[in-house]
Amino acid sequence: MSIDTPAPHHGNPTGHDHLEPHGSMKGYLTGFILSVILTAVPFWLVMDHVITSPGWTTATILFLAAVQIFVHMVYFLHMNTRSEGGWSMLALIFTLVMVIITLSGSIWVMYHLNANMMPMTPAMAESAP
Amino acid sequence: MTTSDLAKIIFGRLSLESIPYHEPILIGTFIGVAIGGIAVLGAITYFKWWGYLWKEWLTSVDHKRIGVMYIVLAIIMLLRGFSDALMMRAQQALSFGDNQGFLPAHHYDQVFTAHGVIMIFFVAMPLVIGLMNFVVPLQIGARDVAFPFLNNFSFWMTVSGVILTMLSLFIGEYARTGWLAYPPLSNLAYSPDVGVDYWIWGLQLSGIGTLLSGVNFVTTIVKMRAPGMTMMKLPVFTWTALVTNVLIVAAFPILTAVLAMLTVDRYLGFHFFTNTMGGNPMMYINLIWIWGHPEVYILILPAFGVFSEVVPTFTGKRLFGYTSMVYATVVIAILSYLVWLHHFFTMGSGASVNSFFGITTMIISIPTGAKIFNWLFTMYRGRIRYELPMMWTVAFMLTFVIGGMTGVMLAVPPADFVLHNSLFLIAHFHNVIIGGVLFGMFAGINYWFPKVFGFKLDRTWGVRSFWLWVIGFWFAFAPLYVLGLMGVTRRLRHFDDPTLHPFFIVAAFGALLIAGGIACMLMQFFVSIRDREKLKVGGDPWNGRSLEWSTTSPPPQYNFAFTPVVHDLDAWWDMKARGAEHPTSGYHAIHMPKNTATGVVLGVLATAFGFAMIWYMWWLAAISFVAMIGYAIFHTFNYDRDYYIPAEEVARTEGHRTPAVATQG
Repeated sequence: MSIDTPAPHHGNPTGHDHLEPHGSMKGYLTGFILSVILTAVPFWLVMDHVITSPGWTTATILFLAAVQIFVHMVYFLHMNTRSEGGWSMLALIFTLVMVIITLSGSIWVMYHLNANMMPMTPAMAESAP
Repeated sequence: MTTSDLAKIIFGRLSLESIPYHEPILIGTFIGVAIGGIAVLGAITYFKWWGYLWKEWLTSVDHKRIGVMYIVLAIIMLLRGFSDALMMRAQQALSFGDNQGFLPAHHYDQVFTAHGVIMIFFVAMPLVIGLMNFVVPLQIGARDVAFPFLNNFSFWMTVSGVILTMLSLFIGEYARTGWLAYPPLSNLAYSPDVGVDYWIWGLQLSGIGTLLSGVNFVTTIVKMRAPGMTMMKLPVFTWTALVTNVLIVAAFPILTAVLAMLTVDRYLGFHFFTNTMGGNPMMYINLIWIWGHPEVYILILPAFGVFSEVVPTFTGKRLFGYTSMVYATVVIAILSYLVWLHHFFTMGSGASVNSFFGITTMIISIPTGAKIFNWLFTMYRGRIRYELPMMWTVAFMLTFVIGGMTGVMLAVPPADFVLHNSLFLIAHFHNVIIGGVLFGMFAGINYWFPKVFGFKLDRTWGVRSFWLWVIGFWFAFAPLYVLGLMGVTRRLRHFDDPTLHPFFIVAAFGALLIAGGIACMLMQFFVSIRDREKLKVGGDPWNGRSLEWSTTSPPPQYNFAFTPVVHDLDAWWDMKARGAEHPTSGYHAIHMPKNTATGVVLGVLATAFGFAMIWYMWWLAAISFVAMIGYAIFHTFNYDRDYYIPAEEVARTEGHRTPAVATQG
């Protein structure tokens, strides 16, 4: 982590004096091919009904989407644990925490609302969560 | 094709009936605004200030100038937002029994919506962003922010949101939904007119500006600190600015997305938040508060930062518990994402959800309380100088603590079922926003004004303004606490129960005292500018501790001729203690960004786009949108965007000013 090392001072307002390396042809190609595969597979899964259960199809597609996100981060955004002195990793962890809080919180809140606001008998209300 | 069809294609929904010439209050306002506007424009033309304004301010990418423009914008909008407040207070003080007051419901509902929107988005936010703009680069020893043009563009996007909101006064109408425009009321079915559309586009455009500011400041603070300034040597104001901007970057996309979903509901017949077809209005409330609660901390954290600068300076002591201050700030930032449901406890979630969010809300008061104790311990046995910034700080501590405690009361879900949407809530959030954010910003303005312009603000008028504000605040909001406990709900236009009347009269009196406070504040600016020669100060008028006080007042365009090297937390205090002297030779040419008109152009186009979308003028929307994208791309081909200030000029500027740096007070 760079928290205790001084950041390089910026004398140049246009910021072109110390660029980070921006990946290689090989990296971009790998990323591109992986993305194409990860995009094509879901289409194939849906169009050819490869998996019978729609629930499992959805789960598989969501999983592939998550993998796709990681492919983009590694090959296109050049993120790893060391880049920018660890700041991009810190930003990633923060983003993940925020996204997880937002999504799981919303689902929890809305599910709860749905369960509690539907018409119910007094007996059901007693045992509501 | 008939003429009316043609008019519809050209003007969309806009027609002569959209101009509210039948409302005497608006006509009066319009005449006032027109006369004032003509006078200002005339004066600028008469004194030939257009060129100066355009070259030195409107197109400037200098963070100091942009910061000043943000604060001027905020003060202008404070006048608008406060006149809304006065109208509401007057209406509620008059409208009892047979008396219906002077505002019809249609107008009153717009007034309370506009008041909330303007005060949060166009007063508090520009004050906070303006102060950060001015102070942060100076405190970290940088020459500007990381992306100077982007900064100018952010400002102009905020202005375009302001213009749209103000236009709604005279062309069409504003939303009648409350400041967060909850559906289903804000859906097309219940708000078919342009009000909600003004609200959507005003916020959407200024939201883009805020988000980009956030990106800009995070980058600036992470990448551009002076050598030696590690994260744990960062001044507390810059720490709070960093955390606030991280919150902006994380929270504002949620607002953008919610507004976009409401937009497609209204424009394209989608059903995200409708009652029917699988839509869910509660989802809107859930999402907008996931943005809305962090927003509260986006506003208050920089105010905490200001107090953390003011208290050590005016007690002549190092800040007590720097490390705990930093950790408290970070903990507040994380917790601010875990409490949003306390804005809708009554929505119908069960006991487990409500108690989770109730408890997280109560926990957030712990780091905040720790900060209060840190400031108190800093003051303990200090040599306190009651200059204006310190007075605002003490007023903050006394006022904000009450607001915090009523907040903890509201955090108890069963109590909230009684107090939800009551005037108790109104009193609570005004208590923390006025007593916290606004007092903090006033402390900041009084504190850094000499740095910005090279002369202090007049003390006499400042003290008058201070007492009127503080006393006025309590007169205006203490009755609302009582009324809220008695069960009076917010946003009411008329009352039947005469026993409530005295409370509203006291509240209206408080609002008048605050009006006096604002008048004294304007007078303070006027008197200070008039007597600027008498109030002139050197670089370090308060015997300050952080780097901004090491340069001249006002700082040169390039801030620092040499990048300062930092060895200690209070960098400038440390330099003074070691007897460090300003170098007087060996200057280098300084690389600077050039001013650009792109921000203004894009702001104008964005305003036209927003206006066209509001009034369904599709041709204008298409043209302005394409023009906006096109001009932004065109700007990227402008390679002539930097220049060098030659070393001789730097030497000349520094030579002029070095004596001024040395003199204090």
